[in-house]
Amino acid sequence: MRAKTLALEKNRRSIWSTIILQRELIIMSVPLLLYKILFSYVPVTGWTMAFQNFKPSIRSMWDQEWVGFDNFVKLFTGINGERFIRDIRNTLAQSFLTLVVSYIGSILLALLLNEVKNVGFKRVIQNITYMPHFLSWIIVAGLVSTALSFPSSGGIINIILMKLHIINEPVQFLSNPDYFWGIVAGSHLWKELGWNTIIYLAAMTAIDPALYEAADIDGANRYRKMWHVTLPSIKPTIVILLIMSIGWILEAGFEIQYFLGNGLVIEKSETIDIFVLKYGIQMGNYSLATVAGIFKTVVSIILIATANWISGKLGEEKLV
Amino acid sequence: MKKRKKLSAENVIFTTCNTTFLILLSAAMLYPMLNTLAISFNDGMDTVRGGIYLWPRIFSLQSYRVVFNMDTIYGAFMISVLKTIIIVITNLFFTSMLAYALSRREYIFRKFITTVFVLTMYFNAGLIPNYMLIKNLGMINTFAVYWVPNIISAFNLIVIRTYIKSIPESLIESAKIDGAREFRIFLQIVMPLCVPTLATIALFVAVGSWNSWFDTFLYCSGKQSLSTLQYELQKLLASAMNAGNNPAAASISASQAATQGGATNVATSQSIRAAITIVTAVPILLVYPFLQRYFVHGLALGGVKE
Repeated sequence: MRAKTLALEKNRRSIWSTIILQRELIIMSVPLLLYKILFSYVPVTGWTMAFQNFKPSIRSMWDQEWVGFDNFVKLFTGINGERFIRDIRNTLAQSFLTLVVSYIGSILLALLLNEVKNVGFKRVIQNITYMPHFLSWIIVAGLVSTALSFPSSGGIINIILMKLHIINEPVQFLSNPDYFWGIVAGSHLWKELGWNTIIYLAAMTAIDPALYEAADIDGANRYRKMWHVTLPSIKPTIVILLIMSIGWILEAGFEIQYFLGNGLVIEKSETIDIFVLKYGIQMGNYSLATVAGIFKTVVSIILIATANWISGKLGEEKLV
Repeated sequence: MKKRKKLSAENVIFTTCNTTFLILLSAAMLYPMLNTLAISFNDGMDTVRGGIYLWPRIFSLQSYRVVFNMDTIYGAFMISVLKTIIIVITNLFFTSMLAYALSRREYIFRKFITTVFVLTMYFNAGLIPNYMLIKNLGMINTFAVYWVPNIISAFNLIVIRTYIKSIPESLIESAKIDGAREFRIFLQIVMPLCVPTLATIALFVAVGSWNSWFDTFLYCSGKQSLSTLQYELQKLLASAMNAGNNPAAASISASQAATQGGATNVATSQSIRAAITIVTAVPILLVYPFLQRYFVHGLALGGVKE
């Protein structure tokens, strides 16, 4: 008993002496820890708003009217419910379409770039396709809305389609809800296609050239080498990125939808993020917006944790 | 012999198709930007007639003259530059300082602090609670809201820490034997060795800050003197898109823009928008080649995490 106390005493003393010894490291890191707690953890206390009928005019958080789970019920029923469920559908559909298009597109582009033997040409193409990544969404939205406008305002898509006689009349892309999901996916594709190839190209540089030589001896042509050597070699990267993107599926992005959305296409354009923004900031319904935000965070955490778990099971490194 | 010939013919066809496709793809990437550039240098009244593709028909600097004379744009440009510089400096300094502390194996709070930061990559309190925090801190409509919430990002922290761990331990130990304190080791030994990674992260942080629109929209839209270029551009785009359904509004906003600039010639909203787009896009595209030689290496490193 006495020995145990002594050991504990000694232990405590050694903790203090370690702290004193490492005071410089502590000064370098603990203020930043407190900073992070303030900006990332303290806001979570705002989740109490979800259980209140929150009025910004009342100063103290505890003087608010507590309503239990009323806001959760409100979010999924009635007129709000219809809108919220529609927004979940839009988020998932846009995200899924974007994921499929840019995922397949960037793997294909990486394969094609990998076949280019002229280093200078390859570098030029790479740099050109990386460029849109550095433009802001607001610029991209402007370029997309110009490209999709009428021929008289320089709508290049309509001009090309009419020159090729695919259509006879210009199409009003931005005011027809049926096109909106495609426009979102297309904008993402344009902006990120080149950038997304980087990780695949990096994986391809690690492929042992002996594999290609062996395939050559076996008489494999170019397509067979792509299919049987390059693709299997980057499979781990492909799988990991797919799993992770499924984990982030509720992050459909929100800027392009916000910029290009208008009253005519709102049925297909509004996402969860825009719902939160409109209810919270514009309509002042803080409680409902917080509930919607909590819903999104919780579902995201579940998805990401599952994705992480699956990739752990598959024996891959955990990415997040 | 015959087989080899067939193979090479196949190769030629493939290479031709591949090259053509890649050139077409690059054209699709470049066209919208070149088109905007051409419109921005074309005479405003002439642009309205349409048919400007890659080259201005009537060369004119009028739109740029108008844009640079607009007080709002000049102020927004300065705020964007200032904000980006401050964020890059503070973010790199604080993130790498923390990364250094967390890379020391003997540091007792290493695990705890790392966990606190890594967890923030998974969850977000949400828009409204964050807004309330900023509001309660009295940071609405202040310059501080641009950089104070952004001095550390968990992802960059992990990337830098991983990089620091690859620095030979003996280097740090020998500095300690020579009597250097932790802060000095960080500043004079570790930071210079991290330049490739820091350059990459600087690029990402700079792009993120320069391109951000939401912080201005959410927190600073009430104060014109804190407006940024992206926000000004968004306002113009929004009015142009409304005007798409209502052409009268377009000419009004154009003439407003023109009078604001004190211009004698009328520059159309389309030319003004093109000029502002170019002014907004060019600075970040200029930074890119300087940092480019670092980033492929740095990005590959970023993929390796624990």
